[in-house]
Amino acid sequence: MSPVTENAHGETPRHTDVVKDVVRRGAVFILLALLVVGFSWTQPAFANINNLMSILQAVSVVAIIGTGVTVTLAIGGFDLSVGAVAASAVMAASYAMIVLGLNAYQTVPVVLAFGALVGLVNAFLIVRLQVPDLLATLSMMFLLMGLQLIPTAGRSISVGLILPDGSTASGSYDPMFLMIGRSSLFGLVPLAVVLMLLTAVTLYILTERTRLGRLLYATGGNELATRLAGANTARIKTFAYVLSGVLAALGGVIVAARVGRGDVSSGASLLMDSVAASLIGFAVLGLRRPNVLGTVIGAVFVGVLLNGLTMLNAPYYTQDFIKGAVLVGALALTYGVSRAKS
Amino acid sequence: MSLLVAEHVSHAFGSTKALTDSHLSVEAGEVVALMGANGAGKSTLVKILSGVIRPDAGRVTLNGKPYAPESPADAATRGVVTVHQSTDVVGIPGLTVADALLLQHYVEKRSPFFLSRASVRRQARRVLDEAGFHLPLDRDFAELGAADRQMVAIARALSNKAELLILDEPTASLSMQEASRLYDIVRGLKARGIAVLYISHRTADLAALADRVVILRGGRNVGAFSRPVDFDAAIETMIGRPLSAARPKKRERFGRPVIELRGARLFPDSAPFDLVVREGEVVAVTGVLGAGKSRLLSSLFGLKRLADGEVLLDGKPYAPKNPEEAIAAGVVLAGEDRHRSSLIPAGWPGETIAATISLPHLPRWYPSGFMFSGRERREGNLAINRLGIKALDALASVWSLSGGNQQKVVIARWEAEPSRALLLDEPFQGVDVGARQDIIAAIRAHADRATLIATSDSEEAHEVADRVIEIDHHSLIDKAHGGENGQQEESI
Repeated sequence: MSPVTENAHGETPRHTDVVKDVVRRGAVFILLALLVVGFSWTQPAFANINNLMSILQAVSVVAIIGTGVTVTLAIGGFDLSVGAVAASAVMAASYAMIVLGLNAYQTVPVVLAFGALVGLVNAFLIVRLQVPDLLATLSMMFLLMGLQLIPTAGRSISVGLILPDGSTASGSYDPMFLMIGRSSLFGLVPLAVVLMLLTAVTLYILTERTRLGRLLYATGGNELATRLAGANTARIKTFAYVLSGVLAALGGVIVAARVGRGDVSSGASLLMDSVAASLIGFAVLGLRRPNVLGTVIGAVFVGVLLNGLTMLNAPYYTQDFIKGAVLVGALALTYGVSRAKS
Repeated sequence: MSLLVAEHVSHAFGSTKALTDSHLSVEAGEVVALMGANGAGKSTLVKILSGVIRPDAGRVTLNGKPYAPESPADAATRGVVTVHQSTDVVGIPGLTVADALLLQHYVEKRSPFFLSRASVRRQARRVLDEAGFHLPLDRDFAELGAADRQMVAIARALSNKAELLILDEPTASLSMQEASRLYDIVRGLKARGIAVLYISHRTADLAALADRVVILRGGRNVGAFSRPVDFDAAIETMIGRPLSAARPKKRERFGRPVIELRGARLFPDSAPFDLVVREGEVVAVTGVLGAGKSRLLSSLFGLKRLADGEVLLDGKPYAPKNPEEAIAAGVVLAGEDRHRSSLIPAGWPGETIAATISLPHLPRWYPSGFMFSGRERREGNLAINRLGIKALDALASVWSLSGGNQQKVVIARWEAEPSRALLLDEPFQGVDVGARQDIIAAIRAHADRATLIATSDSEEAHEVADRVIEIDHHSLIDKAHGGENGQQEESI
């Protein structure tokens, strides 16, 4: 009955297969190494440690949000609301400090809780009301894009904001808060990069090396089988969406702290970039599945490429095209090259 | 002259010889059964005949002319059509049965570009009439049962002027009743001069239909039997060893009652029944599809609720709200159709043998939450040895195994930790005779738990169980007076 029965065992891999396998698994790493070497050779300034750090800082937000998307992909869902959550988080953080006068220690938990709340609502729609994940999170995206405009009547938030009732907001950005986006560890590693690494390591261990991670993937692989094995899949899915919301809000916090104002249009490209990072991640190690390491590598890959090309004077308007081309290439690699097996 | 002759056919996947110097001939109007354990080369031979793969060596003729189909579509135009075991792909949920019947017409532009409901129905009716079937044309394909889907596939094959129909495990997902309908259909085809190559694990099928049985083992022809077929000899040839007593000794002394149902009703309007399953006892419930077998198991596993009645587990009231609670109480279920109910898809985390076994036991095996200790691999390798699973290591993918070995892994999952009651829904689906013996031995080896099996195959039921109970219209039929203490033997 199964098509693989006859060739399951005892097949010795041929030499070409080994090469193919190495190419398939290592393709993204090999390309990344080639890019770094190539850019360093043509533009010695590229290899400067400060430039490399600025690349990592530039991709940190996308990588953090992308790992959240990855977790929702792992449970067989999809969170399209992450960009809107991050953008709303920027507005919420600014609003909390400038209008409500909160400090950094109050603002950050409030904003992260906001992300968790959005995740809960997403989970409620998807798990309880059985709305398909794409539709639920897409509507949530619309809702948040609109919601973030309401408290300030559509204005961006900066110091001295004039509120809808005519008064002037009295708060200002807490310097502690701005440090999240602007300070560096040992004057070298930006705090945002540290946060990215922490998130990446934590989520990598969570998804690949823990019981919960196994259940996340199991739910995405075969929800019925997972439920029949006694797992509470509703709770697992809820966890994934809440985590995704919190990470998106964290991304928003970093953006707000770096920019120092609540810009209505901030976070416009975050959704596409973080989804792209997750999908490029499918190609990393030839896993053909959402995975945290891949997502982070995917984000870094795009960052290195854009930074290098900018140094080579590629115009800014080619950036989206380049990201798209990388994504198409990565997906072709993921699904095309290894199909020969079957 | 034979319709189809295959001679000296060989095929290898890499260094694995799937088929060696194999031969087969089929006459018009003949039903030839192809038997073999999983991995014997049946599916390779079928793939060659249906154009999925090309043989490495050998020649095949159809009506005396060389026959080397490039693709399944090419094979079909030459009159060799294969109906696969999984009939989900025959039609498209959301489209009607008529659309499913005409799918090929649409693809091959045999239909006009603009379709009206009436013209679709007319054409579909013609296809059905040709086959002599009755099917509801306007129903959603998704609502059709497995047998009806098979009829759609066969009708489509016939509209293609098929001369040789290859049926791959056609009764695997059918109830007894549906299977006997399929038998009639196959006999009808035979009467029309259509040749049928029939692949099945079920001896009941072959006894009912086969004019000739060809047996493969290890990729070679090892025997052929003509009607009347001695199936015991055929099965021994197939598995390459003597058949151990097919029916187990019915035991009569068991431990304390584990599961007790009193006045249970599956539905509000169905008849109430009692059931007791004791420690060490294996009880099988048989009945046609929809008789309530799965419903009974589901309600014991917390997936459904009984409409009425009382359930005791080890003498205490037991009413699980979900599988989580059932498992915690020691009641475990291996659902029917393991691909859907038990396995994680290939290429996805959790596809290994070890992970398949460990899935329900993760909290117990990894109390810290971190999975660094490699316990599942050790447990998996234990299971491989204990159940004779044909795998080198527990970290191999469960999808590299044959159906029978996959089922052993599923059984191993629920044997890895002690349980009070094991519920098995159709545990022998797509399992060859050899593996079936191993699984039966494993099921019967435990004296410390109760086992309740649902199967639509009463022969299987008698092979595995100490006691066989029939279920009909959602209620157990209490043939032997006194219910659970009676031995119910029936001739088959």
